[in-house]
Amino acid sequence: MMLSVRDLAVSRGGVPVLEGVSFALAPGRALVLRGPNGSGKTTLLRTVAGLQPPFSGEIAGAGERIAYAGHSDGLKAMLTVTENLRFWAQVFGTRDISAALRDFDLAQLDSRLAGTLSAGQKRRLGLARLMVTGRPVWVLDEPTVSLDAASVGLFAAAVRAHLAAGGSALMATHIDLGIPEAEVFDVTPFKAVPRAAKQDEAFL
Amino acid sequence: MSIWEYANPVKFIRTTDLVLPWVSALAVAALVVGLVWGFFFTPEDYRQGSTVKIIYLHVPAAMMAINAWVMMLVTSLVWIVRRHHVSALAARAAAPIGATFTIIALVTGALWGQPMWGTWWAWDPRLTSFLILFLFYLGYMALWTAIENDDTAADLTSILCLVGSVFALLSRYAVNFWNQGLHQGASLSLDAEENVADVFWYPLLVCIAGFVLLFVALVFLRTQTEIRARRARALLARERQA
Amino acid sequence: MIALLTRDLRLAVRAGGGFGLGLAFFLIVTVLVPFGVGPETGLLSKIAPGVLWIGALLACLLSLDRIFALDWEDGSLDLLATAPLPMEGIVSVKALAHWITTGLPLVLAAPLLGVLLSLPADGYLWVLVSLAVGTPALSVIGTFGAALTVGLKRGGLLLSLLVLPLYVPTLIFGAEVARRGAEGLAVQTPLLMLGGISAGAIALLPFASAAVLRINLR
Repeated sequence: MMLSVRDLAVSRGGVPVLEGVSFALAPGRALVLRGPNGSGKTTLLRTVAGLQPPFSGEIAGAGERIAYAGHSDGLKAMLTVTENLRFWAQVFGTRDISAALRDFDLAQLDSRLAGTLSAGQKRRLGLARLMVTGRPVWVLDEPTVSLDAASVGLFAAAVRAHLAAGGSALMATHIDLGIPEAEVFDVTPFKAVPRAAKQDEAFL
Repeated sequence: MSIWEYANPVKFIRTTDLVLPWVSALAVAALVVGLVWGFFFTPEDYRQGSTVKIIYLHVPAAMMAINAWVMMLVTSLVWIVRRHHVSALAARAAAPIGATFTIIALVTGALWGQPMWGTWWAWDPRLTSFLILFLFYLGYMALWTAIENDDTAADLTSILCLVGSVFALLSRYAVNFWNQGLHQGASLSLDAEENVADVFWYPLLVCIAGFVLLFVALVFLRTQTEIRARRARALLARERQA
Repeated sequence: MIALLTRDLRLAVRAGGGFGLGLAFFLIVTVLVPFGVGPETGLLSKIAPGVLWIGALLACLLSLDRIFALDWEDGSLDLLATAPLPMEGIVSVKALAHWITTGLPLVLAAPLLGVLLSLPADGYLWVLVSLAVGTPALSVIGTFGAALTVGLKRGGLLLSLLVLPLYVPTLIFGAEVARRGAEGLAVQTPLLMLGGISAGAIALLPFASAAVLRINLR
């Protein structure tokens, strides 16, 4: 099943930031969103992930198929790496966390408290969470922030494995992800015409 | 032509502009007549003396304190169901008015209670209920000001108003159960036997009418202000974008 | 859902604050009251049920803003919202976790603290029962307040202001059960009302809390 977005407009605080966005993401494919800071990439990802309602337009094939990873990793400092992962596995109704630990090179850290990890290790743990969700569409916001070159390589390998297994990935980034086969989607041309916020419309 | 046409801000302001002078004038007239009549042209109660005259402020204020909340409940429901901005703003506009009426009822009650019961304050069920009502008003207003996004604030305060209404009713019942109280029963009822005497009753009715009109006038005025403030902010936001 | 509950309980134990904070506050209140009102046994035993209830209520209030604040800050709340759990379930589990970490210890500690306040012998059972029946309502109502104020910078004070009037009926009926029990009077009516409030709050308020949380996450 494809993730498809048709004529989507997304809003921040009621003000549309992007409009007329259309794309489709087939299984096995990856799409990288690009655009300057504040152009609305995060808002677009949050909307696709279902965290906020679209301003207008349609999103199909999202909902319960999405695994979302935002700027913060949602880790609990007082739980160990294993406990953090196992919690999300249980929430998403999957069991096996060993593949996630292995692919993100977390096996040696498994009994460390997440609060004691370095920024890059935390990020890796945050990304490993995607693997235990068992969901086909990964929606990632700046996934490689604070990762070193080796870790970016791990991440790219994990995404490739996910694509090969029939998953897909939608990512926003400024940095090269090391996934050259991903298509690039520039959001700049879709900048919304300056317009009143939804809640203000009635008052103009 | 439906009533929902008045949910349009412009239409609302235009209509209320027409009505507002009349409502205000009537409110002033009714209050002047009712209070002067009540204060100077009614006999003193044989038990309570002249203190009874505070009834002309106390009872109408107390009635409107509750009715303001009921109005907020209705407008909140309208906002949740039909999402008319004017409705949410009317609820917001009514809250400080209702809170003020609550204070008036509490203060006049204290002034009345002192000579009658020998105390400014007693944990009488009605007094306590009004204190709780006042807390509800405070929380409601605080929530409105704490949230930046206007639609989010309208949504959250509406739900608070619904939940609060249920708990306000529960509190009323709980407080009655907790203390039977010093307070006299309702001063007004349709049952003539229960009523206060006619000489007090007619000026009181005029005063109540005055308070109702005053409330309507204030709600119109404050809703207009809220609409204009929202419009000013919307225009500024548009200015900044251009 | 069970995973969320065990996680929250584990966090409460590890972070220390969860179990200890409310309990310590409860202890402080009940120990300070005799210093304030004097050591006279008759007076203390008369006010003991009320003091225990107020102490429990304040201890509950103290820990409310932790229900969602931590998950909000570290982003888990967003992730939970995209997880296959219904929002109503999430808020119910959060309320349950709050009750287990705050309400339940208070219920168990109340009879012990009753000794310090010379609670009459008849009172122990009814203090325990009234708190056991009433504290779930405090947790559920508090969760609603916490959902309303999640993400607000000055949320703590506002949370107390919003929740306080909502707590009044529970406090009145709860303390009434304890007081009547201590005086050897019939407790049936207030106990039924208290149970009704708890049951109603548990059944209905999660829907309001979930709606509010969805609006706040938007």
